[in-house]
Amino acid sequence: MATALLPLRRGWKQASHLFFARQTWNSSPVRPPSLPKRLLIFLAQHFHDVQELLIWTSKFKSSQLRKKNAYYGYTQRYYGDVIASAYYVLSLKGGFRYAGQSEWFHTDKRGKFNWDFLNHKDLPLEEVDMSHTIINHIGLDNLVGQPFLRTLSVRGCSEVDDWFLARLHEFQDTLEELDISHCPRITIGGLAALRNLKKLRHLDVSSLPRIANPGLVIILLEEMLPHCQIAANGYDHSLTQEG
Amino acid sequence: MLAWRRLHVTAGTASRLLTSPRVIQQPWMCGQGCQSLSTSKSNQNDFFKDLEFQFESLRKKAADALPSSNWNPHVMNPDMPPGQADIVIVGGGVVGWSIAYWLKAKEGNRGGVKVLVVEKDPRYLQASTVLSAGGIRQQFSLRENIYLSLVSADFMRNINEHLGVLNEDPVDLQFNHSGYLFLANENVAHIMEENIKTQRQAGAKVSLLSPMQLQEKFPWISTKDVALASYGLENEGWFDAWTLLNAFRRKAISMGAIQCFGEVTGFKYAVSRKMIADEESMEYKRIKNVNVQMPNSREYQSVKCAVVVNAAGASSGKLVGMMDCGLDSTSSETPFPVEPRKRYIYVVHCPNGPGLDCPFLVDYSGIYFRREGLGGNYITGSSPAGDEEPDTTNLEVDHHFFEDRIWPHLAHRVPAFENLKVTSAWAGFYDYNTFDQNAILGNHPVVNNMYIATGFSGHGLQHSPAVGRAMAELILDGNFQTLDLSALSYKRILTQEPMLERNIV
Repeated sequence: MATALLPLRRGWKQASHLFFARQTWNSSPVRPPSLPKRLLIFLAQHFHDVQELLIWTSKFKSSQLRKKNAYYGYTQRYYGDVIASAYYVLSLKGGFRYAGQSEWFHTDKRGKFNWDFLNHKDLPLEEVDMSHTIINHIGLDNLVGQPFLRTLSVRGCSEVDDWFLARLHEFQDTLEELDISHCPRITIGGLAALRNLKKLRHLDVSSLPRIANPGLVIILLEEMLPHCQIAANGYDHSLTQEG
Repeated sequence: MLAWRRLHVTAGTASRLLTSPRVIQQPWMCGQGCQSLSTSKSNQNDFFKDLEFQFESLRKKAADALPSSNWNPHVMNPDMPPGQADIVIVGGGVVGWSIAYWLKAKEGNRGGVKVLVVEKDPRYLQASTVLSAGGIRQQFSLRENIYLSLVSADFMRNINEHLGVLNEDPVDLQFNHSGYLFLANENVAHIMEENIKTQRQAGAKVSLLSPMQLQEKFPWISTKDVALASYGLENEGWFDAWTLLNAFRRKAISMGAIQCFGEVTGFKYAVSRKMIADEESMEYKRIKNVNVQMPNSREYQSVKCAVVVNAAGASSGKLVGMMDCGLDSTSSETPFPVEPRKRYIYVVHCPNGPGLDCPFLVDYSGIYFRREGLGGNYITGSSPAGDEEPDTTNLEVDHHFFEDRIWPHLAHRVPAFENLKVTSAWAGFYDYNTFDQNAILGNHPVVNNMYIATGFSGHGLQHSPAVGRAMAELILDGNFQTLDLSALSYKRILTQEPMLERNIV
């Protein structure tokens, strides 16, 4: 990179306006990006090197996410299903509670946790709190083996999307409380996947930014899950339309 | 350079000076009683306009004379395809663009293969991709089909890793994870049970429901005559086909694939005769050039190519017909078994219909329906009986088909559908494989460098990502690498061994 940045050939520049043009294929509103981001975009449009670097950075980030959510097979082989799931939850800075115990095991902000959870090898996990973590649909591989999971909270998780909700059918016999509020990637298509959770009694769908008409969605959810109490705060149900 | 800039400045000032004389043009401004009686334009204005025009053309000529301009004495249509391409994909639907994307993804180095995608309809008015119901399911009886659907669902799960373009909006397929529900009566229940075993072995997540469980899960269904139901739990549902097509297109073009709107009207090919057995010889063809004709014009470009991929959907048969190949010199010709078949889709509105839990329901009588949006609208259709295929010259909808063939079964299955209203309808073509209604993937037996990816008979959209990867492996690596789809090759048509899909519908 000490040599001059490789400039783009003219032909590529002409083609680049095809995909750097803003309004072609998506109808979402475009926010003006910040100054450093605009500088990066400008450089990426004119130099191959910068473009490749940005692509590598995003690929690296997604591969890191995949690695963190990978199946803890080694732990599972030596310590069993429950300890593997518990270790996964703690590694991702979540918390859990064993069945029959009232004590919660949490990880603090610096990533430290109490190793006492190893003492309870035979107890299954009953409640798992993964709020504000990077759990995604691959990470559910680690929790799937828990036959007694009753509560799952993924509040504010930025990687939880519709495909994550579609995998929750594996907990359909036991899951009673689910909290998916503040997840920016969940849409109505994923909420339709919750129809399989027969035992669900409490569902929290507050402040989901990608739900377009929350009032109607809440009514449809209540029809779909008749025995479930649905909490949906943080929506503006006023009748005035803006914009 | 300085001289040119001075020219630019003088032209600019001249044009600014020219704005004021325009006031003279309006005759009613020059006082009462003063009318302009001349019928021709004012000569004074013409002179200034001419001057501006002369300056403009002079500036343009000077810019073209500079060495960095791309002035060419031959004035050519800018929309023409290049004169040469490595791989020409005929057909710009979702299968064609998926193959283009995967070819570019596998090429190894930038500019490794020059891929050209030719599509005859720039507005996609009759393309099967955009007219489809958009569903994806794993409930097939053929193992290859189940694998294709599973791989495609996996692709869509990670679609932004594959098709995300730097600094562009992420792809949102609007995937509804509602699952497919197949209903079987007593005659076909055993087929459903066998299929479930195959599906589970291949890794699909499906569950069997008895009529009582079905009634409990979906209270709006009437379970009369239903013996068994199979329900998909994961990776099944429906999505927006146009978004997927454009995501493939955008990513492939950003990687260097070339798009061309034109119709393939013929090929230039070389014929060689080879001995295949004692005293028997066979003619093999090799395509050298593809003739692409521009829309609404007689101009055409003869594109020199190494490989041609037939992903033309409903027009695949017509394309192969341009090669004029009898497949067998000794016995009778086996014609290419893909032809267009028209299918109707009706949009109905029912106020009391099934809610958010409505799956993509397929009944044993052949009808299907799914929810569309949240406003009580549903999309429904059916496969017509064998001898009543509608006319394929146009895409006109027959509304009597709905009243005679679909509504009675709909009302029988879901009592709430007795009062519904048809709000809209459209028709689309299946690229129907008349031989066994399954895809044909692989080389053409007689034309050495034509690859075929067609004949999906309604499943093209849901298999497109996996088919694209398989075809890219076949073309660039010579063999299937990840999924072995050799069972779907053209060989089964020559040996007359159909791979039938034993689905109940």
